[in-house]
Amino acid sequence: MSTTIPAASAEVRAQVPDRSGKKPGITDRARKERTLGWMLAGPAFFVMLLTTGYPVLNAIWYSLFDFRLTDPDGRSFVGLGNYITILTDGLFWRQFGVTAAITIVTVVIEFVLGFALALVMHRALFLRKSVRTAILVPYGIITVVSAYAWQYAFTPAYGFVNPLLGTDRDWFGGTVPSLVVICLSEIWKTTPFMSLLLLAGLAQIPNDYLEAAKVDGATAWQRFSKVIVPNMKAAIMVALLFRTLDAFRIFDNVFIMTAGANGTETLSFLAYRQTITRVMIGLGSAVSVILAILVVLIAVLFVKGFKTNLAQQKGA
Amino acid sequence: MNTSRKGQVGWIIGAILIMFYALLPVAWILSLSFKAGDDINNQKFWPTNWSFENYDIVFSSDLFTTALRNSVGISLIATFISVVLAMLAAYAVARLEFPGKSLILGVALAITVFPIIAIATPLFNLWRTIGLYDTWLGLIIPYLSFSLPLSIYVLSAFFREIPWEMEQAAQVDGATAWQAFRKVIVPLAAPGVFTAAILTFFAIWNDFIFGITLTSSEAARPVPAALAFFSGASQFAQPTAPIAAASVVVTIPVIILVLAFQQKIVAGLTNGAVKG
Repeated sequence: MSTTIPAASAEVRAQVPDRSGKKPGITDRARKERTLGWMLAGPAFFVMLLTTGYPVLNAIWYSLFDFRLTDPDGRSFVGLGNYITILTDGLFWRQFGVTAAITIVTVVIEFVLGFALALVMHRALFLRKSVRTAILVPYGIITVVSAYAWQYAFTPAYGFVNPLLGTDRDWFGGTVPSLVVICLSEIWKTTPFMSLLLLAGLAQIPNDYLEAAKVDGATAWQRFSKVIVPNMKAAIMVALLFRTLDAFRIFDNVFIMTAGANGTETLSFLAYRQTITRVMIGLGSAVSVILAILVVLIAVLFVKGFKTNLAQQKGA
Repeated sequence: MNTSRKGQVGWIIGAILIMFYALLPVAWILSLSFKAGDDINNQKFWPTNWSFENYDIVFSSDLFTTALRNSVGISLIATFISVVLAMLAAYAVARLEFPGKSLILGVALAITVFPIIAIATPLFNLWRTIGLYDTWLGLIIPYLSFSLPLSIYVLSAFFREIPWEMEQAAQVDGATAWQAFRKVIVPLAAPGVFTAAILTFFAIWNDFIFGITLTSSEAARPVPAALAFFSGASQFAQPTAPIAAASVVVTIPVIILVLAFQQKIVAGLTNGAVKG
C-alpha cells in the first residue's frame, strides 16, 4: 500500500530555528503563527486521528473480550485470553512463518532487481523516458489485477507458462508453488517503487567519486560496493524499510490467488478471516493488534540496525 | 562516465528488458481479454481470433458497471477531500512554526505503517451499528486514513521547494497580497498539488481491503472488490476472460495518467526520500 516515502525527520530538522528562538514573551506574530498553523493543519490532523485512532483503540478494547458477532449477549471479558489462545496455537506460528518467508524472499529479490533497474535507468541515455513510463505501469496497476494476471499465466488450463516451460505442473496445488506465484506477482508490482527510490539515491552520488575510483583502478564491482552503496545508505534504508513493512502486510495477492488455501494464509489474511468470515470479533481484533505490534517492532529494529551500521561506517 | 557506444549498447539492452518486464503481464491480461469462448484454452499467449465478446459481457453486467461508477466516484471524492485538507496542513508544516508540528508528522508516519486490516475490521463493526456499512461515505472516511498522510508528505516535500520569497518580491513590486498569491504562488504550487492528487488517487483506486470488508452489495462495492466476486455471464461460465476484460478497463486510466505525467509521478514518489 505504501506509495511514497515520508521524510519526517528531515521536516523536523528543517524547522527554522530563529523564529521560534525568541522564547521570552511570545510575540504577537508568533502567537498568530501558532493559531494559523493549527487552523490549517488541525482539520487534517483530527481526521487522521478519528479515522485511525478510533479503530485502533476499538480493536485493542475488543481484543480483551470473547465476542462473537452472532452471539452478542455471550460477550465476556477474558483479559489477555485471546492473545494466549493465538500465541499458543501452532497455526498462528505457521502463518507467521509464511508471512515472514514471503517478506524476506520478496524484499531480497526486489532489492537486487530494483538495484539493477535503477542502474539501468541511471546509465541508459536512450529510451530513458520510455523506461520510466513503462516501469510506472506495474506501480500504478491495481494489485488485484496483477494477481489475476499472474494467476492466469500459471493456471494449467489456460496459462502460457506451463507450455513455455514444457511442464504440466499444478502451480496452485501445493504450498510452495502457490507461494512462488504469489511472490512473483508481489515482486513484479512493487519492484518499480523500490527501484525509483534507489534511483533517487543514485542520482545523489557525485560523478567525481566514481571517476576518481576509476582513475585509481577500481573495478566495476569495487566501484559498486565501495563507492555507490555506501553513498546511498539513506535511500537503501528507506526503500528496504518501507517495502518490508508493506510486504509483511501482504493480503490482496493471497486473497485472489489462493484465498489462503494450501497453507498460504498470511497474518493479514488470518485477521480478515477471523473477524469478517468467522465474525469472531475478539479473536480477530487480537490478531490485528499482534500484527500491528509486529509491524512496529520491525520498523524499530530496522531503524536501530541501520543506525549502528551508519555509526560504524563513520567510525571506520 | 561510460559514454562509449559499446557501453551504451549494454544499457540499451537493459532498458529494453525492463520494458519487457514491466509490460509483459499487461500484454498477457490484454490478450486474455480478447479470447472468446473456448479460445481461452488455446494455451498460447495470443488469441486465435480477436473478439470483443468479453467486453460486451463486462459492460452489460451491472456488477461491473456499478462497481466502476462506485470506484470512480468514491476515489475522486476521497482524493479531493484528502488533497484539500492535506494542502492546508502541508502549507502549515512547510511554512509556519507552531508547537505540535512534529506530532502531526509523527502521527501521519505512524498511520502509514499501521496494517490496514487492523483498521478495517473494527470499522466493520462500527459501520454496521451506525449505518455506514455498504455506503459511499463508509468507504470515503476510511480512505482518508491512509490517503491523508500520503498527500501531506508529498505536498510538504513540494512546498518546501517553493521559493516563497517571490511572494514578498511581488508585493514589493506593487502586487496586492491576493495577486501575489494568485499569480506567483498558485502556479508554483499547482504541479505539486496535481502530483499529490495522482498518487493519492492511485492509492485509493488500488484499495482492496476496505472494499471487501466494508461493502456487501453493488451499493458501494468498488472495482477491485467486485473483480474478486465477478462470476461472468452465467454462474457456470468461466469468468476468466471477462475478469481480464474488466481488468483491462480499470488499467486504462492508470496507463493514461502514467503516460501523461511520468515525470511528475517519479518526482512525487522520490521527493521525500531524497530529502530524508
